[in-house]
Amino acid sequence: MNDHQSTFGRVMEYFQNNMDWVIELTIEHIILVGSAIMVAILIGVPLGIYLTTNKKLAGTVLNIAGVIMTIPSIALFGIMVPIFSIINYGIGFVPAFVALVLYSQLPIIRNTYTAIHNVDPQIRDAAKGVGMSTIQRIFKVEIPNTIPVIMAGVRTAVVLNIGIGVIAAFIGAGGLGTLISQGITRGYHEMVISGAIAISILGISADLFLRFLQKLLTPKGVS
Amino acid sequence: MIQYNNVTKVYGDDITAVDQVSLNVNEGEIVVLLGPSGCGKTTLLRMVNGLETITDGDILFNGESIQSLNEIELRRKIGYVIQSNGLFPNMTIEQNVTIVPHLLKWDQNKKNERYEELMSLVGLDAEDYRKRYPHELSGGQQQRIGVIRALAADPPAMLMDEPFGALDPIIRERIQDEFLSIQRELNKTILFVSHDINEAIKMGDKIALMKNGQLMQFDTPSNILQNPANDFVSQFVGQDRTIKSLTIHFVYDLVKTIELKDSLSSSATVKKASLDTSLRDILGFVLESEEQAVAIVNEEQEIIGYLDFELINRYMVSLSSEDDPVRVP
Ligand SMILES: Nc1ncnc2c1ncn2[C@@H]1O[C@H](COP(=O)(O)OP(=O)(O)OP(=O)(O)O)[C@@H](O)[C@H]1O
Ligand SMILES: [Mg+2]
Repeated sequence: MNDHQSTFGRVMEYFQNNMDWVIELTIEHIILVGSAIMVAILIGVPLGIYLTTNKKLAGTVLNIAGVIMTIPSIALFGIMVPIFSIINYGIGFVPAFVALVLYSQLPIIRNTYTAIHNVDPQIRDAAKGVGMSTIQRIFKVEIPNTIPVIMAGVRTAVVLNIGIGVIAAFIGAGGLGTLISQGITRGYHEMVISGAIAISILGISADLFLRFLQKLLTPKGVS
Repeated sequence: MIQYNNVTKVYGDDITAVDQVSLNVNEGEIVVLLGPSGCGKTTLLRMVNGLETITDGDILFNGESIQSLNEIELRRKIGYVIQSNGLFPNMTIEQNVTIVPHLLKWDQNKKNERYEELMSLVGLDAEDYRKRYPHELSGGQQQRIGVIRALAADPPAMLMDEPFGALDPIIRERIQDEFLSIQRELNKTILFVSHDINEAIKMGDKIALMKNGQLMQFDTPSNILQNPANDFVSQFVGQDRTIKSLTIHFVYDLVKTIELKDSLSSSATVKKASLDTSLRDILGFVLESEEQAVAIVNEEQEIIGYLDFELINRYMVSLSSEDDPVRVP
Protein backbone atom coordinates (compact mmCIF):
# COMPACT_ATOMS: atom_id res chain seq x y z
CA MET A 1 0.00 0.00 0.00
CA ASN A 2 1.23 3.43 -0.83
CA ASP A 3 0.66 5.82 2.07
CA HIS A 4 1.24 8.91 -0.02
CA GLN A 5 -1.63 8.12 -2.37
CA SER A 6 -4.17 10.95 -2.55
CA THR A 7 -7.79 10.54 -1.47
CA PHE A 8 -8.71 10.76 -5.12
CA GLY A 9 -6.36 7.95 -5.96
CA ARG A 10 -7.76 5.79 -3.21
CA VAL A 11 -11.34 6.43 -4.30
CA MET A 12 -10.42 5.50 -7.86
CA GLU A 13 -8.82 2.37 -6.57
CA TYR A 14 -11.95 1.55 -4.59
CA PHE A 15 -14.01 1.91 -7.77
CA GLN A 16 -11.63 -0.32 -9.67
CA ASN A 17 -11.65 -3.06 -7.10
CA ASN A 18 -15.40 -3.00 -6.55
CA MET A 19 -16.63 -2.17 -10.03
CA ASP A 20 -19.03 -5.09 -10.24
CA TRP A 21 -20.65 -4.33 -6.93
CA VAL A 22 -20.96 -0.60 -7.65
CA ILE A 23 -22.60 -1.40 -10.98
CA GLU A 24 -24.96 -3.80 -9.27
CA LEU A 25 -25.92 -1.14 -6.71
CA THR A 26 -26.36 1.42 -9.48
CA ILE A 27 -28.73 -0.91 -11.28
CA GLU A 28 -30.67 -1.48 -8.06
CA HIS A 29 -30.88 2.27 -7.63
CA ILE A 30 -32.08 2.78 -11.18
CA ILE A 31 -34.71 0.07 -10.82
CA LEU A 32 -35.98 1.51 -7.54
CA VAL A 33 -36.15 5.10 -8.78
CA GLY A 34 -37.24 4.14 -12.29
CA SER A 35 -40.14 1.97 -11.18
CA ALA A 36 -41.24 4.56 -8.63
CA ILE A 37 -41.21 7.26 -11.33
CA MET A 38 -43.18 5.11 -13.79
CA VAL A 39 -45.89 4.56 -11.23
CA ALA A 40 -45.72 8.20 -10.16
CA ILE A 41 -46.25 9.30 -13.77
CA LEU A 42 -49.12 6.87 -14.23
CA ILE A 43 -50.79 8.36 -11.15
CA GLY A 44 -49.64 11.98 -11.34
CA VAL A 45 -50.22 12.87 -14.99
CA PRO A 46 -53.83 11.63 -15.24
CA LEU A 47 -54.55 13.12 -11.82
CA GLY A 48 -53.03 16.46 -12.84
CA ILE A 49 -55.15 16.49 -16.00
CA TYR A 50 -58.28 15.49 -14.11
CA LEU A 51 -57.71 18.22 -11.53
CA THR A 52 -57.95 20.90 -14.24
CA THR A 53 -61.64 20.01 -14.42
CA ASN A 54 -62.16 20.22 -10.66
CA LYS A 55 -60.70 23.37 -9.10
CA LYS A 56 -61.77 22.62 -5.53
CA LEU A 57 -60.21 19.19 -5.49
CA ALA A 58 -57.11 20.61 -7.21
CA GLY A 59 -56.39 22.89 -4.26
CA THR A 60 -56.74 20.06 -1.77
CA VAL A 61 -54.66 17.55 -3.71
CA LEU A 62 -51.85 20.01 -4.41
CA ASN A 63 -51.78 20.93 -0.74
CA ILE A 64 -51.54 17.31 0.36
CA ALA A 65 -48.78 16.65 -2.17
CA GLY A 66 -47.03 19.77 -0.89
CA VAL A 67 -47.23 18.55 2.70
CA ILE A 68 -45.78 15.15 1.76
CA MET A 69 -42.84 16.92 0.11
CA THR A 70 -42.06 18.75 3.34
CA ILE A 71 -41.84 15.56 5.44
CA PRO A 72 -38.11 14.88 5.88
CA SER A 73 -37.21 11.84 3.84
CA ILE A 74 -35.77 9.92 6.75
CA ALA A 75 -39.02 10.41 8.63
CA LEU A 76 -41.17 9.32 5.69
CA PHE A 77 -39.14 6.16 5.28
CA GLY A 78 -39.50 5.69 9.04
CA ILE A 79 -43.27 5.97 8.76
CA MET A 80 -43.37 3.46 5.90
CA VAL A 81 -41.67 0.73 7.92
CA PRO A 82 -44.35 0.17 10.59
CA ILE A 83 -47.15 0.64 8.05
CA PHE A 84 -45.80 -2.02 5.71
CA SER A 85 -44.85 -4.29 8.61
CA ILE A 86 -48.55 -4.98 8.88
CA ILE A 87 -48.39 -6.85 5.58
CA ASN A 88 -44.90 -8.18 6.29
CA TYR A 89 -43.14 -5.81 3.88
CA GLY A 90 -41.73 -3.61 6.64
CA ILE A 91 -38.24 -3.35 5.22
CA GLY A 92 -36.80 -3.61 1.76
CA PHE A 93 -38.02 -2.52 -1.66
CA VAL A 94 -41.74 -1.95 -1.03
CA PRO A 95 -41.69 0.80 1.63
CA ALA A 96 -38.87 2.60 -0.18
CA PHE A 97 -40.73 2.37 -3.47
CA VAL A 98 -43.93 3.76 -1.97
CA ALA A 99 -42.09 6.62 -0.27
CA LEU A 100 -40.46 7.59 -3.57
CA VAL A 101 -43.79 7.47 -5.40
CA LEU A 102 -45.22 9.83 -2.80
CA TYR A 103 -42.30 12.24 -3.07
CA SER A 104 -42.64 12.38 -6.86
CA GLN A 105 -46.28 13.34 -6.80
CA LEU A 106 -45.95 17.06 -6.15
CA PRO A 107 -43.67 17.99 -9.05
CA ILE A 108 -45.49 15.72 -11.46
CA ILE A 109 -49.05 16.64 -10.50
CA ARG A 110 -48.27 20.32 -10.15
CA ASN A 111 -46.48 20.63 -13.48
CA THR A 112 -49.13 18.62 -15.33
CA TYR A 113 -51.92 20.59 -13.73
CA THR A 114 -50.32 23.96 -14.46
CA ALA A 115 -49.42 22.96 -18.01
CA ILE A 116 -52.87 21.71 -18.97
CA HIS A 117 -54.53 24.56 -17.10
CA ASN A 118 -52.51 27.05 -19.14
CA VAL A 119 -53.25 25.58 -22.57
CA ASP A 120 -54.31 28.51 -24.75
CA PRO A 121 -58.12 28.61 -24.39
CA GLN A 122 -58.40 29.41 -28.11
CA ILE A 123 -56.60 26.22 -28.97
CA ARG A 124 -58.73 24.18 -26.61
CA ASP A 125 -61.76 25.84 -28.18
CA ALA A 126 -60.57 25.03 -31.67
CA ALA A 127 -60.06 21.40 -30.64
CA LYS A 128 -63.65 21.22 -29.43
CA GLY A 129 -64.85 23.17 -32.45
CA VAL A 130 -63.40 20.73 -34.99
CA GLY A 131 -65.25 17.95 -33.20
CA MET A 132 -62.64 16.20 -31.08
CA SER A 133 -63.87 14.10 -28.18
CA THR A 134 -62.42 14.91 -24.76
CA ILE A 135 -59.95 12.03 -25.00
CA GLN A 136 -58.86 13.07 -28.49
CA ARG A 137 -58.42 16.64 -27.32
CA ILE A 138 -56.23 15.59 -24.40
CA PHE A 139 -54.04 13.22 -26.41
CA LYS A 140 -53.86 15.03 -29.74
CA VAL A 141 -53.68 18.61 -28.55
CA GLU A 142 -53.30 19.27 -24.84
CA ILE A 143 -50.56 16.79 -23.91
CA PRO A 144 -48.40 17.27 -27.04
CA ASN A 145 -48.44 21.02 -26.54
CA THR A 146 -47.43 20.77 -22.88
CA ILE A 147 -44.79 18.02 -23.02
CA PRO A 148 -41.94 20.40 -22.07
CA VAL A 149 -43.66 21.49 -18.85
CA ILE A 150 -44.83 18.00 -17.89
CA MET A 151 -41.37 16.58 -18.58
CA ALA A 152 -39.77 19.29 -16.46
CA GLY A 153 -41.85 17.99 -13.55
CA VAL A 154 -40.74 14.43 -14.26
CA ARG A 155 -37.12 15.54 -14.39
CA THR A 156 -37.40 17.29 -11.05
CA ALA A 157 -38.96 14.17 -9.54
CA VAL A 158 -36.27 11.88 -10.94
CA VAL A 159 -33.35 13.95 -9.70
CA LEU A 160 -35.06 14.37 -6.34
CA ASN A 161 -35.66 10.62 -6.07
CA ILE A 162 -32.13 9.66 -7.00
CA GLY A 163 -30.98 11.71 -4.00
CA ILE A 164 -33.68 10.55 -1.64
CA GLY A 165 -33.21 6.96 -2.83
CA VAL A 166 -29.97 6.95 -0.84
CA ILE A 167 -32.01 6.74 2.34
CA ALA A 168 -33.63 3.57 1.01
CA ALA A 169 -30.47 1.68 1.91
CA PHE A 170 -31.14 2.37 5.59
CA ILE A 171 -34.36 0.36 5.41
CA GLY A 172 -32.74 -2.42 3.46
CA ALA A 173 -33.84 -1.51 -0.05
CA GLY A 174 -30.32 -1.51 -1.45
CA GLY A 175 -29.10 0.90 -4.09
CA LEU A 176 -26.14 3.24 -4.02
CA GLY A 177 -27.07 4.37 -0.49
CA THR A 178 -25.61 1.04 0.65
CA LEU A 179 -22.10 2.38 -0.04
CA ILE A 180 -22.77 5.35 2.16
CA SER A 181 -24.55 3.57 5.00
CA GLN A 182 -22.00 0.76 5.18
CA GLY A 183 -19.11 3.17 4.68
CA ILE A 184 -20.30 5.21 7.65
CA THR A 185 -20.73 2.23 9.96
CA ARG A 186 -17.36 0.87 8.99
CA GLY A 187 -15.61 4.26 9.05
CA TYR A 188 -14.54 3.56 5.48
CA HIS A 189 -14.19 7.01 3.87
CA GLU A 190 -13.39 5.89 0.36
CA MET A 191 -16.56 3.87 0.29
CA VAL A 192 -18.68 6.85 1.39
CA ILE A 193 -17.07 9.14 -1.16
CA SER A 194 -17.43 6.58 -3.92
CA GLY A 195 -21.12 6.32 -3.09
CA ALA A 196 -21.53 10.07 -3.19
CA ILE A 197 -19.74 10.33 -6.52
CA ALA A 198 -21.71 7.48 -8.05
CA ILE A 199 -24.98 9.09 -6.98
CA SER A 200 -23.99 12.47 -8.40
CA ILE A 201 -22.98 10.93 -11.71
CA LEU A 202 -26.24 9.01 -11.84
CA GLY A 203 -28.24 12.18 -11.09
CA ILE A 204 -26.49 14.22 -13.77
CA SER A 205 -26.73 11.45 -16.37
CA ALA A 206 -30.41 10.93 -15.63
CA ASP A 207 -31.08 14.63 -16.08
CA LEU A 208 -29.18 14.72 -19.37
CA PHE A 209 -30.98 11.62 -20.58
CA LEU A 210 -34.36 13.08 -19.67
CA ARG A 211 -33.57 16.36 -21.41
CA PHE A 212 -32.75 14.37 -24.50
CA LEU A 213 -35.97 12.37 -24.13
CA GLN A 214 -37.91 15.60 -23.66
CA LYS A 215 -36.50 16.94 -26.93
CA LEU A 216 -37.45 13.74 -28.66
CA LEU A 217 -41.00 13.76 -27.33
CA THR A 218 -41.70 17.44 -27.91
CA PRO A 219 -43.42 17.98 -31.27
CA LYS A 220 -41.42 20.16 -33.64
CA GLY A 221 -43.88 23.03 -33.74
CA VAL A 222 -43.98 23.38 -29.94
CA SER A 223 -41.36 25.63 -28.42
CA MET B 1 -80.69 26.21 -42.42
CA ILE B 2 -79.72 27.71 -39.06
CA GLN B 3 -82.76 28.95 -37.23
CA TYR B 4 -82.71 30.75 -33.89
CA ASN B 5 -86.04 30.60 -32.07
CA ASN B 6 -86.26 33.04 -29.17
CA VAL B 7 -82.80 32.14 -28.00
CA THR B 8 -81.66 33.44 -24.63
CA LYS B 9 -78.35 32.92 -22.90
CA VAL B 10 -77.78 33.80 -19.26
CA TYR B 11 -74.31 33.42 -17.75
CA GLY B 12 -74.29 32.74 -14.02
CA ASP B 13 -77.38 34.23 -12.41
CA ASP B 14 -77.78 37.57 -14.04
CA ILE B 15 -75.61 38.22 -17.10
CA THR B 16 -78.01 38.05 -20.02
CA ALA B 17 -75.61 37.82 -22.94
CA VAL B 18 -78.28 36.98 -25.54
CA ASP B 19 -81.86 38.08 -25.10
CA GLN B 20 -84.68 36.40 -27.03
CA VAL B 21 -83.05 36.42 -30.43
CA SER B 22 -84.87 34.95 -33.42
CA LEU B 23 -83.31 34.88 -36.83
CA ASN B 24 -82.88 32.64 -39.83
CA VAL B 25 -79.80 31.91 -41.85
CA ASN B 26 -80.88 30.56 -45.21
CA GLU B 27 -78.86 28.09 -47.19
CA GLY B 28 -75.94 29.63 -49.07
CA GLU B 29 -76.25 32.93 -47.29
CA ILE B 30 -73.72 34.91 -45.25
CA VAL B 31 -75.31 36.49 -42.20
CA VAL B 32 -73.05 38.88 -40.31
CA LEU B 33 -73.58 39.27 -36.57
CA LEU B 34 -72.59 42.87 -35.96
CA GLY B 35 -72.45 45.04 -32.87
CA PRO B 36 -70.25 46.65 -30.24
CA SER B 37 -67.98 44.65 -27.93
CA GLY B 38 -69.86 42.57 -25.40
CA CYS B 39 -73.21 42.64 -27.20
CA GLY B 40 -73.33 38.83 -27.37
CA LYS B 41 -72.16 38.03 -30.91
CA THR B 42 -69.68 35.34 -29.92
CA THR B 43 -72.12 33.79 -27.50
CA LEU B 44 -74.83 33.70 -30.16
CA LEU B 45 -72.44 32.03 -32.58
CA ARG B 46 -71.06 29.45 -30.17
CA MET B 47 -74.47 28.20 -29.19
CA VAL B 48 -74.86 26.76 -32.69
CA ASN B 49 -72.08 24.18 -32.31
CA GLY B 50 -72.71 23.57 -28.65
CA LEU B 51 -69.67 25.41 -27.32
CA GLU B 52 -72.15 27.34 -25.18
CA THR B 53 -75.34 25.89 -23.80
CA ILE B 54 -78.71 27.46 -24.57
CA THR B 55 -80.53 28.85 -21.53
CA ASP B 56 -83.88 29.25 -23.23
CA GLY B 57 -85.34 28.89 -26.71
CA ASP B 58 -83.89 26.62 -29.37
CA ILE B 59 -81.64 26.54 -32.40
CA LEU B 60 -82.54 24.37 -35.36
CA PHE B 61 -79.92 23.07 -37.76
CA ASN B 62 -81.51 21.71 -40.92
CA GLY B 63 -84.80 21.70 -39.07
CA GLU B 64 -83.52 19.64 -36.14
CA SER B 65 -82.97 20.99 -32.65
CA ILE B 66 -79.23 21.07 -32.06
CA GLN B 67 -79.88 19.95 -28.51
CA SER B 68 -81.12 16.62 -29.84
CA LEU B 69 -78.07 16.10 -32.07
CA ASN B 70 -74.76 14.48 -31.17
CA GLU B 71 -72.51 17.41 -30.31
CA ILE B 72 -69.32 15.93 -31.71
CA GLU B 73 -70.88 14.88 -35.02
CA LEU B 74 -72.55 18.26 -35.30
CA ARG B 75 -69.23 20.07 -34.86
CA ARG B 76 -67.66 18.02 -37.62
CA LYS B 77 -70.46 19.20 -39.92
CA ILE B 78 -69.97 22.86 -39.09
CA GLY B 79 -66.72 24.60 -39.93
CA TYR B 80 -65.45 26.84 -37.15
CA VAL B 81 -62.98 29.69 -37.66
CA ILE B 82 -61.78 32.00 -34.89
CA GLN B 83 -59.87 35.25 -34.80
CA SER B 84 -56.64 33.85 -33.40
CA ASN B 85 -56.91 31.06 -36.03
CA GLY B 86 -56.60 28.39 -33.30
CA LEU B 87 -54.20 26.27 -35.31
CA PHE B 88 -52.68 23.41 -33.32
CA PRO B 89 -49.00 24.33 -32.75
CA ASN B 90 -47.97 20.67 -32.45
CA MET B 91 -49.34 19.70 -35.84
CA THR B 92 -47.96 20.39 -39.29
CA ILE B 93 -49.92 22.53 -41.72
CA GLU B 94 -51.09 19.38 -43.48
CA GLN B 95 -52.24 17.79 -40.23
CA ASN B 96 -54.02 20.97 -39.23
CA VAL B 97 -55.83 21.29 -42.54
CA THR B 98 -56.91 17.66 -42.59
CA ILE B 99 -57.83 17.31 -38.94
CA VAL B 100 -61.57 16.93 -39.50
CA PRO B 101 -61.12 14.41 -42.36
CA HIS B 102 -58.72 12.62 -40.03
CA LEU B 103 -61.31 12.52 -37.25
CA LEU B 104 -63.82 11.28 -39.82
CA LYS B 105 -61.32 8.53 -40.75
CA TRP B 106 -60.94 9.37 -44.43
CA ASP B 107 -58.28 7.31 -46.17
CA GLN B 108 -54.85 8.79 -46.74
CA ASN B 109 -55.20 9.38 -50.48
CA LYS B 110 -58.45 11.23 -50.09
CA LYS B 111 -56.99 13.39 -47.30
CA ASN B 112 -53.97 14.13 -49.41
CA GLU B 113 -56.02 15.14 -52.43
CA ARG B 114 -58.23 17.32 -50.30
CA TYR B 115 -55.22 19.00 -48.73
CA GLU B 116 -53.79 19.90 -52.11
CA GLU B 117 -57.12 21.12 -53.40
CA LEU B 118 -57.67 23.36 -50.36
CA MET B 119 -54.18 24.84 -50.47
CA SER B 120 -54.59 25.82 -54.10
CA LEU B 121 -57.94 27.39 -53.20
CA VAL B 122 -56.10 29.96 -51.07
CA GLY B 123 -53.07 30.17 -53.32
CA LEU B 124 -50.55 28.46 -51.04
CA ASP B 125 -48.09 25.89 -52.31
CA ALA B 126 -49.11 22.50 -50.94
CA GLU B 127 -45.64 20.98 -51.01
CA ASP B 128 -43.86 23.98 -49.50
CA TYR B 129 -46.09 24.07 -46.48
CA ARG B 130 -46.93 20.41 -45.98
CA LYS B 131 -44.38 19.73 -43.25
CA ARG B 132 -44.19 23.21 -41.79
CA TYR B 133 -45.65 24.31 -38.48
CA PRO B 134 -48.09 27.15 -37.79
CA HIS B 135 -45.53 29.38 -36.05
CA GLU B 136 -43.50 29.47 -39.25
CA LEU B 137 -46.33 31.21 -41.14
CA SER B 138 -47.35 34.86 -41.32
CA GLY B 139 -50.60 35.99 -39.72
CA GLY B 140 -52.37 36.13 -43.07
CA GLN B 141 -51.17 32.67 -44.04
CA GLN B 142 -52.22 31.24 -40.69
CA GLN B 143 -55.66 32.73 -41.11
CA ARG B 144 -56.00 31.21 -44.58
CA ILE B 145 -55.08 27.83 -43.10
CA GLY B 146 -57.67 28.41 -40.37
CA VAL B 147 -60.30 29.00 -43.06
CA ILE B 148 -59.45 25.95 -45.17
CA ARG B 149 -59.24 23.76 -42.10
CA ALA B 150 -62.86 24.67 -41.45
CA LEU B 151 -63.71 23.87 -45.08
CA ALA B 152 -61.83 20.57 -45.16
CA ALA B 153 -64.67 18.10 -44.76
CA ASP B 154 -66.89 20.27 -46.96
CA PRO B 155 -69.32 21.18 -44.18
CA PRO B 156 -72.59 22.72 -45.28
CA ALA B 157 -72.27 25.50 -42.72
CA MET B 158 -69.51 27.66 -41.25
CA LEU B 159 -69.24 29.70 -38.08
CA MET B 160 -66.66 32.46 -38.31
CA ASP B 161 -65.84 34.59 -35.26
CA GLU B 162 -64.03 37.73 -36.42
CA PRO B 163 -61.93 35.51 -38.65
CA PHE B 164 -59.97 38.38 -40.16
CA GLY B 165 -60.02 40.66 -37.12
CA ALA B 166 -56.37 40.24 -36.19
CA LEU B 167 -55.03 41.08 -39.65
CA ASP B 168 -53.78 44.44 -40.81
CA PRO B 169 -56.20 46.34 -43.08
CA ILE B 170 -54.54 45.60 -46.41
CA ILE B 171 -54.21 41.87 -45.83
CA ARG B 172 -57.71 41.83 -44.37
CA GLU B 173 -59.23 43.34 -47.52
CA ARG B 174 -57.36 40.86 -49.66
CA ILE B 175 -58.47 37.85 -47.62
CA GLN B 176 -62.04 39.15 -47.57
CA ASP B 177 -62.06 39.35 -51.36
CA GLU B 178 -60.45 35.96 -51.63
CA PHE B 179 -62.98 34.47 -49.25
CA LEU B 180 -65.92 36.01 -51.10
CA SER B 181 -64.74 34.56 -54.37
CA ILE B 182 -64.36 31.13 -52.75
CA GLN B 183 -67.82 31.50 -51.27
CA ARG B 184 -69.31 32.28 -54.69
CA GLU B 185 -68.15 28.80 -55.74
CA LEU B 186 -68.96 26.93 -52.56
CA ASN B 187 -72.20 28.52 -51.41
CA LYS B 188 -71.81 27.69 -47.75
CA THR B 189 -74.28 28.80 -45.14
CA ILE B 190 -72.25 31.18 -43.02
CA LEU B 191 -72.65 32.98 -39.72
CA PHE B 192 -69.94 35.60 -39.53
CA VAL B 193 -69.16 37.74 -36.48
CA SER B 194 -67.76 41.21 -36.99
CA HIS B 195 -67.67 44.49 -35.16
CA ASP B 196 -66.68 46.40 -38.26
CA ILE B 197 -69.59 47.85 -40.20
CA ASN B 198 -67.55 48.04 -43.41
CA GLU B 199 -66.68 44.38 -43.20
CA ALA B 200 -70.31 43.54 -42.46
CA ILE B 201 -71.53 45.50 -45.48
CA LYS B 202 -68.98 43.86 -47.71
CA MET B 203 -69.35 40.28 -46.52
CA GLY B 204 -72.98 40.03 -45.51
CA ASP B 205 -76.01 39.04 -47.54
CA LYS B 206 -77.78 40.08 -44.37
CA ILE B 207 -76.67 41.83 -41.22
CA ALA B 208 -77.97 41.13 -37.72
CA LEU B 209 -77.16 44.21 -35.68
CA MET B 210 -77.12 43.60 -31.95
CA LYS B 211 -76.99 45.65 -28.79
CA ASN B 212 -76.86 44.30 -25.23
CA GLY B 213 -77.88 40.84 -26.36
CA GLN B 214 -80.90 42.04 -28.30
CA LEU B 215 -81.40 42.04 -32.03
CA MET B 216 -81.81 45.64 -33.22
CA GLN B 217 -82.27 45.04 -36.93
CA PHE B 218 -81.96 42.05 -39.22
CA ASP B 219 -81.84 43.06 -42.84
CA THR B 220 -79.83 43.39 -46.02
CA PRO B 221 -76.84 45.75 -45.86
CA SER B 222 -78.50 48.28 -48.13
CA ASN B 223 -81.66 48.38 -46.04
CA ILE B 224 -79.66 48.72 -42.85
CA LEU B 225 -77.82 51.65 -44.41
CA GLN B 226 -80.80 53.37 -45.93
CA ASN B 227 -83.53 52.55 -43.46
CA PRO B 228 -82.11 52.13 -39.99
CA ALA B 229 -84.79 50.75 -37.67
CA ASN B 230 -83.90 52.99 -34.72
CA ASP B 231 -81.44 55.54 -33.39
CA PHE B 232 -78.96 52.91 -32.29
CA VAL B 233 -78.78 51.48 -35.79
CA SER B 234 -78.34 54.84 -37.46
CA GLN B 235 -75.66 55.81 -34.97
CA PHE B 236 -73.86 52.54 -35.47
CA VAL B 237 -74.04 52.93 -39.23
CA GLY B 238 -72.59 56.41 -38.93
CA GLN B 239 -72.77 59.58 -40.98
CA ASP B 240 -71.08 58.32 -44.09
CA ARG B 241 -73.60 55.64 -44.90
CA THR B 242 -73.86 56.64 -48.54
CA ILE B 243 -70.17 56.04 -49.02
CA LYS B 244 -70.42 52.80 -47.05
CA SER B 245 -73.20 51.54 -49.26
CA LEU B 246 -70.98 52.08 -52.30
CA THR B 247 -69.15 48.93 -51.20
CA ILE B 248 -72.08 46.73 -52.13
CA HIS B 249 -72.89 48.35 -55.46
CA PHE B 250 -70.91 47.49 -58.54
CA VAL B 251 -70.49 49.04 -61.94
CA TYR B 252 -72.74 46.36 -63.43
CA ASP B 253 -75.54 47.50 -61.07
CA LEU B 254 -75.12 51.09 -62.13
CA VAL B 255 -75.12 50.43 -65.86
CA LYS B 256 -78.55 48.82 -65.53
CA THR B 257 -80.15 52.17 -64.77
CA ILE B 258 -77.65 54.79 -65.85
CA GLU B 259 -75.90 55.29 -69.15
CA LEU B 260 -72.14 55.72 -69.11
CA LYS B 261 -70.60 58.74 -70.83
CA ASP B 262 -69.26 58.01 -74.33
CA SER B 263 -66.37 60.40 -74.14
CA LEU B 264 -64.49 62.77 -71.91
CA SER B 265 -63.88 66.43 -72.55
CA SER B 266 -60.15 66.00 -72.40
CA SER B 267 -58.44 63.27 -74.38
CA ALA B 268 -56.08 62.24 -71.60
CA THR B 269 -55.85 58.55 -70.76
CA VAL B 270 -57.68 57.52 -67.61
CA LYS B 271 -57.56 54.45 -65.37
CA LYS B 272 -59.51 51.40 -66.55
CA ALA B 273 -61.83 49.36 -64.35
CA SER B 274 -63.96 46.28 -65.04
CA LEU B 275 -67.71 45.91 -64.60
CA ASP B 276 -67.37 44.00 -61.35
CA THR B 277 -65.50 46.78 -59.55
CA SER B 278 -67.34 48.15 -56.53
CA LEU B 279 -68.48 51.75 -56.75
CA ARG B 280 -66.47 52.44 -53.63
CA ASP B 281 -63.27 51.54 -55.44
CA ILE B 282 -64.45 53.52 -58.49
CA LEU B 283 -65.01 56.55 -56.32
CA GLY B 284 -61.47 56.17 -55.03
CA PHE B 285 -60.08 56.06 -58.57
CA VAL B 286 -62.21 59.02 -59.64
CA LEU B 287 -61.03 61.19 -56.78
CA GLU B 288 -57.42 60.22 -57.34
CA SER B 289 -57.30 60.79 -61.08
CA GLU B 290 -56.72 64.14 -62.67
CA GLU B 291 -59.63 63.77 -65.08
CA GLN B 292 -61.97 62.80 -62.23
CA ALA B 293 -63.19 59.86 -64.30
CA VAL B 294 -62.61 56.17 -64.94
CA ALA B 295 -62.88 54.17 -68.13
CA ILE B 296 -65.08 51.10 -67.83
CA VAL B 297 -63.98 48.09 -69.85
CA ASN B 298 -65.78 44.86 -70.74
CA GLU B 299 -64.31 41.37 -70.56
CA GLU B 300 -62.40 41.94 -73.81
CA GLN B 301 -60.80 45.02 -72.23
CA GLU B 302 -62.62 47.33 -74.66
CA ILE B 303 -63.75 50.66 -73.26
CA ILE B 304 -67.53 50.74 -73.09
CA GLY B 305 -67.84 54.16 -71.51
CA TYR B 306 -66.71 56.53 -68.81
CA LEU B 307 -67.86 56.96 -65.25
CA ASP B 308 -67.43 60.11 -63.20
CA PHE B 309 -68.56 61.55 -59.90
CA GLU B 310 -71.76 62.98 -61.32
CA LEU B 311 -72.96 59.58 -62.54
CA ILE B 312 -72.13 57.85 -59.25
CA ASN B 313 -73.99 60.53 -57.38
CA ARG B 314 -77.03 60.24 -59.64
CA TYR B 315 -77.05 56.48 -59.07
CA MET B 316 -76.88 56.82 -55.27
CA VAL B 317 -79.71 59.33 -55.21
CA SER B 318 -81.86 57.01 -57.32
CA LEU B 319 -81.23 54.24 -54.77
CA SER B 320 -82.30 56.07 -51.67
CA SER B 321 -85.70 56.83 -53.17
CA GLU B 322 -86.35 53.15 -53.84
CA ASP B 323 -88.56 50.50 -52.22
CA ASP B 324 -89.98 49.95 -48.74
CA PRO B 325 -87.55 48.17 -46.46
CA VAL B 326 -88.43 45.21 -44.28
CA ARG B 327 -88.04 46.31 -40.72
CA VAL B 328 -87.45 44.42 -37.53
CA PRO B 329 -88.97 46.20 -34.57
N1 LIG C 1 -68.09 32.49 -19.95
C1 LIG C 1 -68.70 33.63 -19.59
N2 LIG C 1 -69.08 33.82 -18.31
C2 LIG C 1 -69.72 34.95 -17.94
N3 LIG C 1 -70.02 35.96 -18.77
C3 LIG C 1 -69.65 35.84 -20.04
C4 LIG C 1 -68.98 34.67 -20.53
N4 LIG C 1 -68.75 34.83 -21.85
C5 LIG C 1 -69.26 36.02 -22.17
N5 LIG C 1 -69.80 36.65 -21.10
C6 LIG C 1 -70.47 37.94 -21.09
O1 LIG C 1 -71.52 37.91 -22.03
C7 LIG C 1 -71.59 39.12 -22.76
C8 LIG C 1 -71.48 38.83 -24.24
O2 LIG C 1 -70.18 38.33 -24.53
P1 LIG C 1 -69.73 37.94 -25.98
O3 LIG C 1 -68.38 37.36 -25.87
O4 LIG C 1 -70.76 37.10 -26.62
O5 LIG C 1 -69.66 39.37 -26.69
P2 LIG C 1 -69.14 39.77 -28.13
O6 LIG C 1 -70.25 40.51 -28.77
O7 LIG C 1 -68.61 38.59 -28.85
O8 LIG C 1 -67.98 40.79 -27.79
P3 LIG C 1 -66.58 41.04 -28.54
O9 LIG C 1 -66.89 41.89 -29.74
O10 LIG C 1 -65.80 41.80 -27.53
O11 LIG C 1 -66.00 39.73 -28.89
C9 LIG C 1 -70.50 40.01 -22.22
O12 LIG C 1 -71.09 40.87 -21.27
C10 LIG C 1 -69.55 39.05 -21.55
O13 LIG C 1 -68.92 39.68 -20.48
MG1 LIG D 1 -66.64 38.05 -29.55
